[in-house]
This record gives sequence, C-alpha cells and structure tokens, in this order.
Amino acid sequence: MKPSDAMAAVLSRRAALFGGAAWPLLTGADAFAQSSVVDITRARTDPIPIAIPDFAGGPRGRDIAMVVVNNLRNSGLFRPVSNAAFIQSAESAAAVPRFQDWRVIGAQALVTGRVEAGDRVRVEFRLWDVLPEQQIQGTAFTAPAANWRRIAHLISDVIYERLLGEKGYFDTRVAYVAETGPRDRRVRRLAIMDQDGENSRYLTDGGAAVATPRFHPNAQQLAFMSYGQGEQPKVVLLNLDSGRTEPLGNFPGMTLSPRFSPDGRNVVLSATRGNDANIYAVDLGSRRERQLTSGGGLDVSPCYSPDGAQIVFNSDRGGDQQLYVMGADGGGARRISFGRGRYATPVWSPRGDLIAFTRMAGGQFAIGVMRPDGGGERILSEGWGMEGPTFAPNGRVMMFFRETPARDSRGGGYSARISSIDVAGFNERQIITPTDASDPAWSPLLS
Amino acid sequence: MNLKLLGAVAALALMVGCADKTAQNQAQTGAGGAGAGTGAGSGSGYAPGSQQDLAATAGDRVFFDTDSSVVREDGRSTLQKQAQWMSQNANVRVRIEGNADERGTREYNYALGQRRANAARDQLVANGVSGARVSVISYGKDRPASLGSTDDAWAQNRSAVTAVR
Repeated sequence: MKPSDAMAAVLSRRAALFGGAAWPLLTGADAFAQSSVVDITRARTDPIPIAIPDFAGGPRGRDIAMVVVNNLRNSGLFRPVSNAAFIQSAESAAAVPRFQDWRVIGAQALVTGRVEAGDRVRVEFRLWDVLPEQQIQGTAFTAPAANWRRIAHLISDVIYERLLGEKGYFDTRVAYVAETGPRDRRVRRLAIMDQDGENSRYLTDGGAAVATPRFHPNAQQLAFMSYGQGEQPKVVLLNLDSGRTEPLGNFPGMTLSPRFSPDGRNVVLSATRGNDANIYAVDLGSRRERQLTSGGGLDVSPCYSPDGAQIVFNSDRGGDQQLYVMGADGGGARRISFGRGRYATPVWSPRGDLIAFTRMAGGQFAIGVMRPDGGGERILSEGWGMEGPTFAPNGRVMMFFRETPARDSRGGGYSARISSIDVAGFNERQIITPTDASDPAWSPLLS
Repeated sequence: MNLKLLGAVAALALMVGCADKTAQNQAQTGAGGAGAGTGAGSGSGYAPGSQQDLAATAGDRVFFDTDSSVVREDGRSTLQKQAQWMSQNANVRVRIEGNADERGTREYNYALGQRRANAARDQLVANGVSGARVSVISYGKDRPASLGSTDDAWAQNRSAVTAVR
C-alpha cells in the first residue's frame, strides 16, 4: 500500500465517523510529497517554527486556527510564529501563499485554511513546506457545526504526523475523576474532556464515588471502580454510547484497578480475598474469571503489554511495593524495580518500550519510566504528591495527577490537578479543569 | 462500675492520642450529639448501642503504623473492649472501615485499607464476636478523618473504624 492509499483509508474512516466527508486536496503534484522538515531528533531540542494564520471564512476560522496553534505549541515540538509577525494576510495566504513572506519571518511550515460555516462546517486546510514551496498535504473535512473542535484536532494530528513522522494524539479524550467538596466528604464524579481540557462533562452524578477510569481500546467503553455509601468498592463498565453501567465479575470481595487487554476481550483487575489481593482476568464475552496471581500479599494495578503477552503489576509480596512482570496467563513473575523507594501504578507504553510508574522515596513522589526489563530508569517529575501516569496513544506524552498538601488541619490548600509531560521529561503543563481532577485516563485516537 | 471505669479510661486515651480534636469530635458526635443518656447500658451517657456509645465506651477506631496492617498493642486493647461492648449490645452489627493515609498510591491504599479492616475484624472474632455481625470495607485514602498533611494527621488516618450499622 502506498502512503497515499493509507492516508486515504484513514481519512475515509474519519469521514464515516463524522457523518461527513474528508478527502485529500490534490494540487497537481503529489499531495504527499516528502517533507524537508521531518527530523524528530532535532524537534526535541528545537521546536519546528510553523505559521498558522487564521483560517479564512469568518470567526470560526480564527477559532479553528487557535485550537491548532495551542495543540502544536503545547506538544513542545512546534513553535507557532506570532501572528504579529505575519506579512501576508490570512485571507490572501489561503488563496495563494507568498512563500517569501513566510520564509523571512522564520516559518518552516505554513498552514492555511478556509472555513464554510453553517449547520455543517466544511474546513479545507493545506500544509505547506516553505523552503521548497511545496504543498505537503491538503485535506477537506466536513462535520456537524458542533464538532468543529474535532476538525481542528484532526488537522493538528495530520500536521503532527506529516512533519514529525509519527502519529499525533490530539483527536483524543481524557477520562478523569472530578473532585469537589471537603476532603472528608469529597464528591468524586467520573468526567471526560478533550485532551486539551475543553468540553469537560460529567458521566456520573456523584452519588457513588469513582476512581481509576480506563479506556477500552475502542474508546467506547470505560472500566472504573465505584462505590456508594457503605458499599464494597467494585469494578464497573460504562458504555459511553448508551450511558449504561454494569458490574464486572462476581467476586465476593472488593475489586479494583481494572485495565482492558489490548484486544479488548479481557479486563485484568485486582480482587481482595482474605488478607490478599490477587490479579484476575475477566473474559468480557463469557464473563469467566481466571486467577493469575496467588503470590501472597497485595497484587494490584495490573497492565498488559501492548502485544498482550505480558502483564506488569504492583505487589508488596517481597515486603514493600515493587513492580513485577509476568506472562499474561500468570506465573513466572519477576521483579523489575530495584531503585530507591517503593514503586506503584505501572503502565505499559503503547509503543512497548517503556513502563511508566509512580515512585515514593524520601517523602517525595515521582513519575518515571523504565524499560520493561527494569533498566534505564528515568524520573520525569518529582514533588510532594503525584501518581497515576497514563500514556497518549503515540506513547510520546503522558498525563498524571499532582497534589498539593493541605496547609492547615481543615485541609485548606489541598488540591489535585492533572499535568501532562513529554516522556523525555520536558514540557510539564497543567491541564486546566473546572474542578480538582485526578486519575486521568488517555483514550486511544478517536478515529 | 468496673465497666464504667474502663469506659472513662478508654475515652481519655482516645483524646490524648488525638492530634486533631476537631475531626475526631466530628466523627464521634454526629447526629445525636446532645442525646444525654438514659443512664442505662454501659453508662457512657449516650444511647446504648449507638456509635457514640461505642466511641465513648471502647473507642471506635484503631491505628496502624505506616504501610502496616498489624494491629498494635493499643489497638488490641481497644478491639477487646469493642468485643466486650458488642457482647453487651448483642443486636448491634458493625462495619469496619479500613483507611490509609495520603502518602501512598490510590489503588494500593484501597487494598491496604481492606487488609487493615480485616485485621481489626479478626481481632473482634478472636475475642468472641460472631463474624456474621462484622462486615469490612475499605475507603483507601478517600475519607481522611484528619484533614491536614502532617505526620499527626497521617497517624490518625491509618485506621480501622468500627461503624455501627
């Protein structure tokens, strides 16, 4: 399959989801010409200067350009050139770019677009390589007007992929726990937002407390822990289309820390029995439970490798909390964490090359990554309280949540907020949420 | 008479061990705070068999060391008194709520709280309480009794609380 075929296939899947259309805009020459600015190594230290004037066609054009600018800037891998420097007007650039005008202000890439807004919004965008004066990509998207942000995210993903040579992560959502109220009577509601913090909405009413949401690989289902007043905490499934919730498994004790298998057929979770907590896989078709660990101690937080062959988990079987890796059918667990302190909440990168974790040592919490064999440990961020890393679908960025301590005996000053960070350990940013927020779960790409 | 004395001692120990009196008092008074007693029962002054009666007579919670679910010596004595109180209030059922401080990860703390609640239940059962009268639950670090971020607050929050149902 040629790259252009692949892209066409991707775009038609997107088109189907949108109930609209998206197609490449060919300009005589190959619309998928190789870009001269693809250089991921350099991008890490030297973000790509890119000019994104407002899209032509009215206020919605400005809105869309702004979402794209923010996405690319927030990735840390692009440097959008300030609008104040622009020489050519947005309207005229959308017609025919005068490349020299963009070259002199230092832009290596240029994005132009035009919007036709009505009940449906049609957005035509083109990505230009300024030096060879070539179109790298041209695509048109059509969607219901209310979905204009998704178009902006899809455009951001196309730009990211064309210029960096790897898939983007902008057309994604993040499920999280929205927290309100005093600490001893905290209301914990399941919420979901776009990855940039927009469109936040509640999925549960707060009658039951929730924790640790996780996405099914099809992004249409969430597994999380839930408990009402005086109720045993249990893992439940929520279908995002129907809004229906159902319990998962038939365990006598508490169930916690669910995680879907990469093929979406199983959920691994931890279930308490007696003084132990063990890891089980629940088949979502037959609902049969298979016990995977019986090592004594508390085994929690299981997570599959992206090929589904292994499971990393957290156990205190050796005396304190450490990370272990075993086969997906259980057995042969070997410890992989040997640094200073206790290790928890392991999560396997979608690329398979890293395991992210929370480390507790010397009164500080940290988020870090290590290779699946336990080598190459790197701490990305450290502070008073932080935990729960989750990877963007391309494995390049993580979110986690950060807590600030109470400064008085009534809990004043305590807060929990979600941050994102590049796996290389730079560009930590707080995601702005309407309330305190914890336990982020990053969705797969939505289309 | 003997019992009454025991109750007074237990209540005293609770107050001394309590760094954050506001939270503790809130936990213990609740709805019927002014319900000065009928004089019957254990003589705590609260309605017999009530949460307040348990707290005043035996102490309604035991505390744990960091990362431990082993009931300490002070906790064993509290749970012995709770068992005694339960034998005098034979219709009472309780739920033991395990808790952890905020210095651990959320998921692990749910499991740890469960183990603490189990440990407290096992002590009650060892002291003659029927297991059928005792259920266990864990709140992990979700429901701190003491709201601060200090060593004293954390010590208060590593607990198993016996709640009258």
